Amino acid sequence: MMLDWLVPTLISVLLVLASIGAVRRINLWRAGQAEKVNMLAGLLAMPKRYLHDLHHVVDRDKYISRTHVVTGGGFVLAMVLVVCVHLFGVDSKILAWALLAALVMMFCGALFVYKRRINPPSRLSKGPWMRLPKSLLTFSITFFVLTLPAVGVLPEGFGGWLLTLVLSVLILMSLSEMLFGMTWGGPMKHAFAGALHLAFHRRPERFGGGRSTGLKPVDFGVGVSAKEVHGVAKPTDFKWNQLLGFDACVQCGRCEAVCPAFAAGQPLNPKKLIQDMVVGFAGGTDENYAGNPYPGIDLGHAKGEPNQIITDGLIHPDTLWSCTTCRACVEECPMMIEHVDAIVDMRRFLTLEKGETPNKGAQVLENIIATDNPNGYAPASRTHWAADQNLPVMKDVKQADVLFWVSDGAFDMRSQRILRAFVKLMKAANVDAAILGDEELDSGDVARRLGDDATFQSLAKRNLATLSTYQFNKIVTTDPHAFHCLKNEYGDFGSDALQNVEVLHHTMFLNRLVKDGLLQLEPFKGGKVTYHDPCYLGRYNGEYEAPRELLASLGIDVAEMERSKFRSRCCGGGGGAPITDIPGERRIADMRMEDVVSTGASMVAVGCQQCTAMLEGVVEPRPVVRDIAEILVGQLVEATSISVKEEVVHE
Amino acid sequence: MPPNINVVSLVSIGRHPQSGRARRAEQDGRAVELGLTMVGEALTVLHAGNPQNPVLRQYAGMGLPSLTVLDQASSCDAVSVLLRYLRKNPTDIVLTGVRAERGESSGMLPYLLAEQLGWPLVPKVAEIVSVQDGKADVLLALPRGQRRSVQVSLPFIATIDNAAPEARQSAFGPGSRALFSIQKGDNLADDAFMEWKISPAKPRPKRLKVVKAKTAADRMKAATAKPVGGGGKIMKQESPEEKAQAIFDLLLEEKVIR
Ligand code: SF4
Ligand code: SF4
Repeated sequence: MMLDWLVPTLISVLLVLASIGAVRRINLWRAGQAEKVNMLAGLLAMPKRYLHDLHHVVDRDKYISRTHVVTGGGFVLAMVLVVCVHLFGVDSKILAWALLAALVMMFCGALFVYKRRINPPSRLSKGPWMRLPKSLLTFSITFFVLTLPAVGVLPEGFGGWLLTLVLSVLILMSLSEMLFGMTWGGPMKHAFAGALHLAFHRRPERFGGGRSTGLKPVDFGVGVSAKEVHGVAKPTDFKWNQLLGFDACVQCGRCEAVCPAFAAGQPLNPKKLIQDMVVGFAGGTDENYAGNPYPGIDLGHAKGEPNQIITDGLIHPDTLWSCTTCRACVEECPMMIEHVDAIVDMRRFLTLEKGETPNKGAQVLENIIATDNPNGYAPASRTHWAADQNLPVMKDVKQADVLFWVSDGAFDMRSQRILRAFVKLMKAANVDAAILGDEELDSGDVARRLGDDATFQSLAKRNLATLSTYQFNKIVTTDPHAFHCLKNEYGDFGSDALQNVEVLHHTMFLNRLVKDGLLQLEPFKGGKVTYHDPCYLGRYNGEYEAPRELLASLGIDVAEMERSKFRSRCCGGGGGAPITDIPGERRIADMRMEDVVSTGASMVAVGCQQCTAMLEGVVEPRPVVRDIAEILVGQLVEATSISVKEEVVHE
Repeated sequence: MPPNINVVSLVSIGRHPQSGRARRAEQDGRAVELGLTMVGEALTVLHAGNPQNPVLRQYAGMGLPSLTVLDQASSCDAVSVLLRYLRKNPTDIVLTGVRAERGESSGMLPYLLAEQLGWPLVPKVAEIVSVQDGKADVLLALPRGQRRSVQVSLPFIATIDNAAPEARQSAFGPGSRALFSIQKGDNLADDAFMEWKISPAKPRPKRLKVVKAKTAADRMKAATAKPVGGGGKIMKQESPEEKAQAIFDLLLEEKVIR
C-alpha cells in the first residue's frame, strides 16, 4: 500500500527540511552580537514562561487565548503522536486514539481561528496569515482520516488510490505549512522562534510577574576599542537574542492598536517596525508584508540586508523618532518583544555616530552638555524657584530623611506650581526634607531617550557622585522620568549612593503621609475627576494605585478612561517626542484629551509635569489639568494657630 | 565648487554664556560648518592650544577625520604660531569666528593675521557663494538680514558671522575617534595678557527710553519700532506705474534681481 511508505517519507523529508531551515534561521540570529544568556535555565523555564507569562498577556483577549491553547496544544500533541504513529509506526491503539483526540481538539481550535479570519480586525496581518487556519484544518482532517485505520475504524487500504493521492497532496500541503513553514519563514515561525525567545529572553526578570524597564547602557568603558561604532547601525549590531525576539512576532498587531504615534498618523507602526527588523536580518524587501504600513509611507520600497545600515533604505529615521517610548506596545505584546529597546538602540546610532537628532534635538543635547539642563538656563538659577520656600539644601544640612529631587521642572513656571504644592504638603506633614539645590543636574532621561547615552551616563555618574556625599533614607520626586532613571537606570554605574535608599514618586510618598494621618484633608467638592496614568509611573514602574488612593482619600470617585492603568494612552510627551516633533495628522495630546472628555470629567488629575504640559497644551475649552499634589494642596486643612505656636516654641 | 582649494578653519575653545563651561565656540563652529560644506573632509581644522582639551572632540564630532593642533600653553599668544603654520602650508581661504568667547575676545586675531600675511580680510561673512578662477563671491552679513555681495581674490581671511549656517550637530562617536595631528607650538608667553586682571563684566546701564504713548498699542509700537534710517521715500500721490518702477529700481539697486 502506497501510504505505508509515502506518509513516513513525507514526514521525514519535511522534518529534515525543517531542521535545515532551523539551522539556517539559528545562524541568522547568531549573526547578532554576543549576549550572555543562561541557556539551560532558560530552556527549563520556557514552558512555565509560556503557560504563565505569555498566556497572561494573550489572555487579555479571551477569544484568542482559548483558541490558541486548544489549537496550539492540540497541534503540539498531535505532531508528537504523528511522529510516533506514522513515522516510527508504533502500533498502539491507545496512541492512535490519543492522536485522534488531539486532532479533534486542534480542529475545534482551528475553526475558531478560521472564524476570526472571516472578518479580521485591521491590526491583524493578512497575506499568508489568511491561509493559516485552512492549513490547520487541513492538517487535522488529513491526519484524522489517516489515523482511522490505525484504530481499526476503517480497514487498511480504504479508499483506493484516489483517496491516497488526495491525502498525499493534503499531507504535503499541511505539513509544508506546519513544519517547513515553521523554520523557513512561514506564519508558524512564531512557534519556533517564540519558544526560543521565551527561553533566551534578554530581560528574564520580566517573567513571573517581574518588571524590567531600564534601558541597557552603552558600553563606553575600557575594553571597547576606539574604532567601535555605538548603537545599532546594521541588523547584525543587535544582540543575537534581540534578533531572535523579532522573529517571534505573530503579527497580531496588538502593539499597533495601542501605539499613540500610529494613531496620530506619525510614520510609526511597531508591528511593521518589528517586521522590518526581520526583513533586515534575513535580507529582502517588505513586499510580502501584509499588514498596515507606517502611516504615510507606501509599502514595497523598504530593502534590507544583515550588514546594511538600517536607516539607508530599510527604515526612515522619522519612524524611529516618532516613538514616545511609552512602552504600550511592549506591555501589550504577547510575544514579549522589546520594541523600545530596539528603537533606542537605533536612535543611539543616529545621535552618537551620525549626529542626526532631528529638529530641536541637537540644540537640546548641546544645552544639556553645556548647562546640565535641556533649555540652556544658567545652572546657578536652578534653585531660584525655591527662593521663598525655606527649603534646607543638602550642602548645608548634609542629611535629611527625605531628599526631594526637584528635576528640571525647577526652570519651568508651570511645573514650579507643582513643586511648590508638594513642598507645602511636606511642610504640613512636618517632613524632614532637603534639596540638592544647584548641585542637582538633569536626570539624563531626555538625553538617553534621544540616544545620547554618553551624556546620560555622564549625568548619571555626576549625580550619583553628589548623592553619595549625603545621608538620606528616601529620595522623592514629582517627575516620573527622573523617578524611573533614579530607580531603574542609575543602578548600572557601580555606585552605592542609592543603596538602602527608597526611591519614590511623590504620589507614593504622599499616599503614605495620608495613610499615616499626617495630612488633614477635606473632601473634594468639585466636579467629576479622571486620572491619567503617566507612562513612566505606570507601565515603567507599575504604580497605578497610589495616585488613585490619594484621590479616593479626598472622596473622589475616579471616572476611569477606557484606556487607563497599564493600557493608559501616552500624553505624547515622552521619549523626547516633543523635541524631535515628527509631524503626523493629529497630536497625541489631543487624542488623550478626547479620552478625558469622553469620561465627562471636568478635571484630569496627573502625576507628571510633562503630562501637565502636554495636556494643558490642548486648546481650550477642555477639562482643567492638575497635578495630584496641586489637588491635595487645595484640600489641605491649614494648621491651626495652636500648632503654629507650638512650632515657634519648638524653634 | 572646486575642491582643489585649501581651506583652513581656525577654532578656539568657547564659553557657554550661561554656565561659563567650555564648549564649541558658536562662530568657530560656523566656520567649520562653512569649510565642510565647501571642501568636505579636505578641510583643515586648526587649533593653537592644549591638544588634550575635550572641547576639540566637539569640533571633531562634526565629522572631521582629523584635527591639527599647534601644541602650546593657553597663556601663549596664538598669532605667531598660526602665522608660521599658514606661511608653511599652502592656504587659499582661512575661516574663523568674528571673536573668541573667552580670553581677550578682542576680535583682533584675524586682522593681525591678515596684516602680517598681506591678505585681504573679509569681515562678517554669511556665505561664500562660489570660488572661481582665484576669486570668491562672498555675501557679507549686514544688520537686519541684509547682505552685501563682494568679490575677493584668493587667498583671504574671512570672519564668520552668526548669520552663516549653524554648525551641524556634533556626534560623540566620530568625535572620540578623530585623529589629532599635533605639532609643536610656541613658548612665547603673552606678557601683556598675563598682567591683566579679569573680572566679570558689569552690565551697562540701559538708557531710559521715555515713551509718551497713551494706549497699549502705541507702547507696543514704540517697543518694537525699528530705528528709522534716513533713506527711502514715501510715495502716496504717484501712479501705480511709478510706484512699481520705484520698487523695481530698489530691488535692482539692492541686487535682489539682476
Ligand atoms: S510585535 Fe508583538 S504585539 Fe506587535 S504584532 Fe508582533 S507579536 Fe503582536
Ligand atoms: S513605545 Fe509607544 S510610541 Fe513607541 S512604538 Fe511602542 S506604542 Fe508606539
